[in-house]
Amino acid sequence: MVKDLTTKLCGITLKNPVIPASGTFGFGLELAGDMDLGVLGGISLKGTTLEPRLGNPTPRIAECSAGMLNSVGLQNPGVRALVEEKVPALRKIYDGCIIANISGFSPEEYESCCRIADGCPGIDIIELNISCPNVHGGGMAFGTSAKAAAGATAAARRAVSRKPLFVKLSPNVSDIVEIARACEDAGADGLTLVNTFLGMRIDIFKRRPILANGTGGLSGPAIFPVALRMVHQVSRACGIPVMGCGGVASAEDVVEMMMAGASAVQVGAENLRNPFVCPEIVAALPGLMEKLGIQSLTEIIGCV
Amino acid sequence: MQKLSLTISSQTPLTHNCLRLVLSGSGLPQIAPGQFVQLGIPGKYLRRPISVCGAAQDSLTLIYKIVGEGTKILSGMLPGQELEALLPLGRGFSADACKDSALLLGGGLGAAPLRFLCESLLSKGRKVSVILGFNEAADVTLLEDYRALGVEPVIVTLDGSAGLKGFVTDAPIPAHDFFYTCGPLPMMRAVCSALGGPGELSMEERMGCGAGFCYGCTIQTRKGPARVCADGPVFSKEDIIW
Repeated sequence: MVKDLTTKLCGITLKNPVIPASGTFGFGLELAGDMDLGVLGGISLKGTTLEPRLGNPTPRIAECSAGMLNSVGLQNPGVRALVEEKVPALRKIYDGCIIANISGFSPEEYESCCRIADGCPGIDIIELNISCPNVHGGGMAFGTSAKAAAGATAAARRAVSRKPLFVKLSPNVSDIVEIARACEDAGADGLTLVNTFLGMRIDIFKRRPILANGTGGLSGPAIFPVALRMVHQVSRACGIPVMGCGGVASAEDVVEMMMAGASAVQVGAENLRNPFVCPEIVAALPGLMEKLGIQSLTEIIGCV
Repeated sequence: MQKLSLTISSQTPLTHNCLRLVLSGSGLPQIAPGQFVQLGIPGKYLRRPISVCGAAQDSLTLIYKIVGEGTKILSGMLPGQELEALLPLGRGFSADACKDSALLLGGGLGAAPLRFLCESLLSKGRKVSVILGFNEAADVTLLEDYRALGVEPVIVTLDGSAGLKGFVTDAPIPAHDFFYTCGPLPMMRAVCSALGGPGELSMEERMGCGAGFCYGCTIQTRKGPARVCADGPVFSKEDIIW
């Protein structure tokens, strides 16, 4: 029997749960010539701010065992270019779920940026990024205290009335459940977790950090078990859907994330080493479901 | 861009720390001089971007230097073993920008992609002069590859142990209407300021994806932010902010 890969996020049906994570797939357009984007359940677009940003100096990338660090620093063309150019261009060639990832440096900025994104018909979901570790005075500063997370969420909630509002959480906290609940209480419709872990590498010959920014966000298989544990905790504590993210690299990882409680699964760093991994995972899912005796993916969400 | 599994045909040391790697595979896409490949290294998370020295229908020749753990692992791999590669990547040299005589200036292994370009320019009927700079005589490489194309490169070494002493800009500059350079940044900067005419250079940066969607290798240019992997690695001389 044909396997059912569909899943739902706040009433939106995705053809499958596989979504390239924000920052690891550009605006989708960059890869349109290399693969059929249509097989992807959704695409989370590169983190966008109210004004254009040049990002951090290079090197922005460092490698480590089972993963990598990045300090791109939210290089983006600004939310107006997002809604006027990027999303309309992607919408023309892609019929899946388009997720706009919105970042900011103050609750007011989150609100303004979200208002513009909310008015863009091509965007299906707004993902509030309160967890970028690579910018100063913004991003993760909002994601590491329950009060600030609730403040940013409430500000975005005032602006977002037409689409589901997800909040992307930082794992760099002592109690992610507390933050998740604060976001839910402040009006979030869903949660994405997790963003990258703050890390560092040193060039021992030059006696200085490899990354020009000093520190960066750790991603890749190294973080998968921690991300999975957080998805498990949060999906049990909250009543809103969760997109699982962190070190996912295979169809098996997608199933594991869903069993932990994720309704959809984002693939991040793995795209950087294998740009074709998302279509490969989608292609591998039916065979794996057959092996595991799963008919519909939704039946395993939170089964553990 | 395609992802292909390629087989190591041969791997030969060229100098004390440089090797020539010949990869074979069927269905190789066309690749142009200045473009590069991302090679997956067993045990390493990210791929390694390596320029192309030459390409035939079913084979690719890459020249690389052992600079870290990844290239060290690569250097220990044997003929018959497979490597996964993404290719072709990046924007290569504009061979058509040269109307008559080209000048190629390479620093170290910058000589490798320039050899591929040299072959392409000669096939278009252009005249080509080549100046190659190295640190010392022990680093001089690829001379025979250029000679096989009928070109005799002028060699320059920093310590004078082979060829002329000094930098590539210390060599007599032959007449040309367009120049192409690839090498360490300070060398390319000196070349771009010493040569008045138009030219192109191949930039280098630590990369993530290598295919233009992670924005890990962005540099600021006179035309705005540019991804070295996808908007480059070859840039017009005028675009670079030194």
